[in-house]
Amino acid sequence: MQNLLKLHNIHTHIGQYHILQGIDFEAKEGEVSVLLGRNGAGKTTTLKTIMGLTPASNGSVHFFNQDITKKATYDIANLGIGYVPEDQGIFGQLTVEENLKVAIRKETPEVMEKLEYILELFPDLKKFWKKAGGNLSGGQKQMLAMARAFVNDSKLLLIDEPSKGLAPIVIEKVMEAIVEMKKQSTIVLVEQNFLMASNIGDTYTLIDDGRTVHRGAMSDLIQNEELKQKYLGIG
Amino acid sequence: MDLLISLVINGLATGMLIFLLAAGLTLIFGLMDVLNFAHGGLFVWGAYTGVFTYAYTESFLIGIVVAILTGILFGFIMEKLIITPVYGNHVQQILITLGFMLVLQEMIKVAFGPNAIPVSVPTYLAGSWEIGEVIVIKYRVFIIIVGFIIFGIFHYILTRTKIGLIVRAGVMNKEMVQALGINIKRVFLFVFMTGASLAALGGMLMAPYSGSIYAEMGMEFAILGFIVVVIGGMGSFSGSLLAAILVGLAGSFMAYYVPFLSLAVNMILMAIVLIFRPQGLFSMIRREST
Ligand SMILES: Nc1ncnc2c1ncn2[C@@H]1O[C@H](COP(=O)(O)OP(=O)(O)O)[C@@H](O)[C@H]1O
Ligand SMILES: [Mg+2]
Repeated sequence: MQNLLKLHNIHTHIGQYHILQGIDFEAKEGEVSVLLGRNGAGKTTTLKTIMGLTPASNGSVHFFNQDITKKATYDIANLGIGYVPEDQGIFGQLTVEENLKVAIRKETPEVMEKLEYILELFPDLKKFWKKAGGNLSGGQKQMLAMARAFVNDSKLLLIDEPSKGLAPIVIEKVMEAIVEMKKQSTIVLVEQNFLMASNIGDTYTLIDDGRTVHRGAMSDLIQNEELKQKYLGIG
Repeated sequence: MDLLISLVINGLATGMLIFLLAAGLTLIFGLMDVLNFAHGGLFVWGAYTGVFTYAYTESFLIGIVVAILTGILFGFIMEKLIITPVYGNHVQQILITLGFMLVLQEMIKVAFGPNAIPVSVPTYLAGSWEIGEVIVIKYRVFIIIVGFIIFGIFHYILTRTKIGLIVRAGVMNKEMVQALGINIKRVFLFVFMTGASLAALGGMLMAPYSGSIYAEMGMEFAILGFIVVVIGGMGSFSGSLLAAILVGLAGSFMAYYVPFLSLAVNMILMAIVLIFRPQGLFSMIRREST
């Protein structure tokens, strides 16, 4: 499979802080690529850099062999990258319907069909169609955020810690949804919950202190107690 | 009773004029985090270009159209030249927009002369109705009706159309709107020009109401506009209408009953709101998290 997304030696500054100091990362088409690393390692910033929200000061981001390092965020999104931020970014005073309407770029038959399919995938969204986003439960907000990123023809989904703050039974649902979305989109997943990450991840990239320190197949990481202990504090 | 009704009508009319100014201010601040102290300049330029057109063509309606067009044009130039370079920097915004406010004000004197210019109400809106004991001045009712119509139109746009949804979403979370593929800068230019045209319309409607126009009127009204934005909640369109009516009514009643307090009343209102509800009465800007 070809590389859909490729980050080469990414450096990112936020204000005067040198947050990312050499991130290398690849996501192959059709796979779930997981970004791992402890709190503050730079996972969220890596996703924001891909989206152009905190643009890279050095290095390059390629999507479909196109250099998107310096592109504006909305251009990057329109190339077919959906983003589910860590705080979900729900528009709290807009209803579920309106949240999705803002996301839908063009109401083509394909997109409307996909919306139908998404509402089957997340029945709660259909149930609370007219409810304000801010009044949804944590799990429902996560579903809405994923639906919003997925509803257009998204080739790539960037999902930041979808299990954060959710009950195990809800995490289960979120996981199933990601597996389902994988059929249509390539996925980059940031996840602290190793059980979830190892279950659905194909490859892993370990980040520490803003640098890529290890990469490989998820099956290798599952065996590697030393690496898990050193960088994730588990094992 | 008749006094009460006159004071209410008076307060509502003033409130509507402040609303036209505050509506743009609140959306500009809410959506793009821009403090625009030059907004009053659009108000006064709307008044002058409108009134001179009105005098020349003898059509109040054409005057209104020209005022609105002036607002749109000035809004475009201002956003591109003055605002765009200072996104994200409040100190620079305050300095450059205050400076530009003064430039706009002085340009009025250069273009139209330094003296106040008398303006009369068009004949078909002049005079008053007598309903029993109550005397209702027609032009004030006209302002109130126009204010509600404008509110209705924009309320519809904000709640029922895609662009309105995007504007509201942008007020809540700009980053996310962009991450969904929307060029927020273009949206902002649109909002800025719309806000500018409303301010210019407000200036033009104000002219026959106060009977004369002068270069400093923009600054005076802009201060009321800012107070309304703070009271109503930055970024809240409906809040700005309610707060403007509140400020208009308070001013009208205080001017009659406690004249020596009438200038302070808005400050007092603002202080009370800030103490008990610092986010304003109807704040839209609320961070949503898990
Ligand atoms: N806006 C910011 N200003 C300053 N430092 C920041 C900012 N955002 C993130 N950081 C810092 O960058 C580092 C990486 O953060 P982040 O990418 O959120 O980590 P992760 O998602 O892996 O937990 C942290 O040390 C964090 O404190
Ligand atoms: Mg994070």
